[in-house]
Amino acid sequence: MGDTIASLLIGEIGIIQDFCLDAIPLNLLEMGCLPGKEVRLLQIAPLKDPLYIKVNGSHLAIRIETAKQINITKLR
Amino acid sequence: MQSNSLLNIALVGNPNTGKTSLFNQLTGLNQKVGNYPGITVDKKQGKCKVSEHLTAEITDLPGTYSINPTTLDETIVLETLLDENNSSFPDLVIVVAEVENLKRNLFLFSQIKDLQFPSILVINMSDQMIRKGITIDIEALKRELKSEIILISARKNLGIDALKREIENYENWNTEPIANISEKIDSEFFETIKTTFPEFSLYKSWLLITQQKNCGFLSSELHQKITAFNPDSEKIKKYQHKETIYRYQIINEILKKTYSVDKNEASDIRSKLDRILTHKIYGYIIFFGVLMLIFQSIFEWASLPMDLIDSLFANLSELAKTNFPQGVFTNLIAEGVIPGIGGVVIFIPQIAILFLFIATLEETGYMSRVVFLMDKIMRKFGMSGKSIIPLISGTACAIPAIMASRNISDWKERLITILVVPFTTCSARLPVYAILIALIIPDKRVFGIFNLQGLTLMGLYLLGFAAAISSAILLHNVLKIKTKSLFIIEMPNYKLPSFKNVFYEVVEKTKAFIFGAGKIILALSVVLWFLASNGPEKFKNAAEFVTAQESANDLPDESLNKKIASYKLEHSYIGIMGKVIEPVIKPMGYDWKIGIALISSFAAREVFIGALATIYNVESEGEDVATIKERMAAEVDPVTGEKRFNFATGMSLLLFYAFAMQCIGTLAIVKRETKSWKWPILQLTGMGALAYIVAVITFNILS
Repeated sequence: MGDTIASLLIGEIGIIQDFCLDAIPLNLLEMGCLPGKEVRLLQIAPLKDPLYIKVNGSHLAIRIETAKQINITKLR
Repeated sequence: MQSNSLLNIALVGNPNTGKTSLFNQLTGLNQKVGNYPGITVDKKQGKCKVSEHLTAEITDLPGTYSINPTTLDETIVLETLLDENNSSFPDLVIVVAEVENLKRNLFLFSQIKDLQFPSILVINMSDQMIRKGITIDIEALKRELKSEIILISARKNLGIDALKREIENYENWNTEPIANISEKIDSEFFETIKTTFPEFSLYKSWLLITQQKNCGFLSSELHQKITAFNPDSEKIKKYQHKETIYRYQIINEILKKTYSVDKNEASDIRSKLDRILTHKIYGYIIFFGVLMLIFQSIFEWASLPMDLIDSLFANLSELAKTNFPQGVFTNLIAEGVIPGIGGVVIFIPQIAILFLFIATLEETGYMSRVVFLMDKIMRKFGMSGKSIIPLISGTACAIPAIMASRNISDWKERLITILVVPFTTCSARLPVYAILIALIIPDKRVFGIFNLQGLTLMGLYLLGFAAAISSAILLHNVLKIKTKSLFIIEMPNYKLPSFKNVFYEVVEKTKAFIFGAGKIILALSVVLWFLASNGPEKFKNAAEFVTAQESANDLPDESLNKKIASYKLEHSYIGIMGKVIEPVIKPMGYDWKIGIALISSFAAREVFIGALATIYNVESEGEDVATIKERMAAEVDPVTGEKRFNFATGMSLLLFYAFAMQCIGTLAIVKRETKSWKWPILQLTGMGALAYIVAVITFNILS
């Protein structure tokens, strides 16, 4: 346990569990990043930040501190 | 409908859905760019003939993912849709969606529907459905969304007529809301909202309550009413969260019945390109290559038209002088107005080329990759990956660049970007650089391939960026602003750029420059001409005085006239001003004539050349009109007999222009964007002091 989007490896998929509402901008939810949705890590920027993810059909880049706030369970 | 029977249509949609393509198709060149009242975001509007009897004014609102704004641009959408007194308050709304991201697009559509506007869903890029393996049951989707839907391909001009026909019928559209937020979240709470604000739709009241701080248009009465309602912020956040989840539930239900993607058909070009373009080595090499290409083209392609424009206006002046009857009016035209217009027109090639590149890169989707690639690096300097676009745009003009910073949601990152952008080498500095470099740097090749003049220019560009970065680091450490990092950027699919969109963007940006900065430049040229060709007593008696003084020397007429002209200039109003500041600028190696140009160029840098041209023009009355460069090369220091624009003075001027904040337009924009005089004053004094110190040091070392 304790996995977040930040602990995914490139190509890995997780299911979003929950996150602290204060730490996550509403805007990210509105773009489809919601509990129960699949998130796949597509790419990591050269300096390990930001992360390029695909979630609920959207391709987004988010910073690592945001990614660390989103708890997931990895899919094997 | 409004009394003038012009239909107001708002165009709303996510970024990258082809909203602008549709706007261009509907309005053609019938566009105008205005300002939203009180703020400086461009408001793009255009007229569209919907049918024989119906004309519409279409407003292209900034792209947004939701009505709840996170950036200033997005606030415009909220304000336009909620403020009934807004001149662009729509009679109907067109929501542009795109086949591939329909789910997220419908999120915004559901919000618009709940505001109970007559609204239509336009699904763009429908021509790509087969290739992407997407099928949509349109009839079923229409029933589920209780809305009209039109499939279009804005690029290929498909479906536009069908859309226009449907718009004619807008009064019969269903305006029922889609989501029943009250029932699903907290019916008791929403009932009290309903009874407190009976005049609005429920969703509108909810938005007014949750977005109160973003609604600048509220009457004080309504403002108080909302404040009195006093919802607690924890509750709001929780309910917004619930609302979002609920909307996606509805949308998922609907799409399950109507939308399917055959994954096998999906192409893999995106991930292949991403792997190269955001690669830790190739990614930066490609980005650097693109930058080099842009700068190279600005010089290579723009130099020919710029030379042509320069000599064209010199010839026009001469033509006016020789063909119009002599007098004040002719002088005003030939020495004030024509060089003034020339000073504006000469920038068009560079600005157009730069925006050609920026618009193309944005259209293809590459800009988002650059933001992704650069974010971490830029954060070390207190900025965001999104600051890259303003910094690159700054090489054309700081004004649109500062406006482009509006999509940076973090205030500190945005402020630093705004403050350092004026260090980047804007095109207004270029003519100053170009002419000074031509005067003081020999046109030689080094190492066989590099042109020494080109290298100097390149060095000045790098210096500008270095100054921007160092001051950003300084500000990052000095400014104590606490913010939460809110960086989210969509990585759109790669697309071939549409020629039409790029073209319109270039035309729009160039027009904005001509009518914005151009007016100042032209006005100043005329003022300058007036100050240089009028003066107090000594100016008026110049002819008699000089003739009397030189009577012993028996000079030929030509030399005498020249002496009179320069005596006149020295005692004109502007000459007096120049003399007053001479002691201050002397340590930098400048005389009063350069001083005049320097004063004038505090309004806008490019005026420097125009001012010198005007001064030397007035001075050389009666002579042939030469180009500005020839005049400057011929100018000598009357005391030492040395060339005025020698290496030391030239370098000192180059560096002064690299650092000083000399642009009224930029200062005004910074004031409006930061809503305070504090920041533009900081820019003016900070950059000015730096420029002065560097110029003094340079001149003293080199001379």
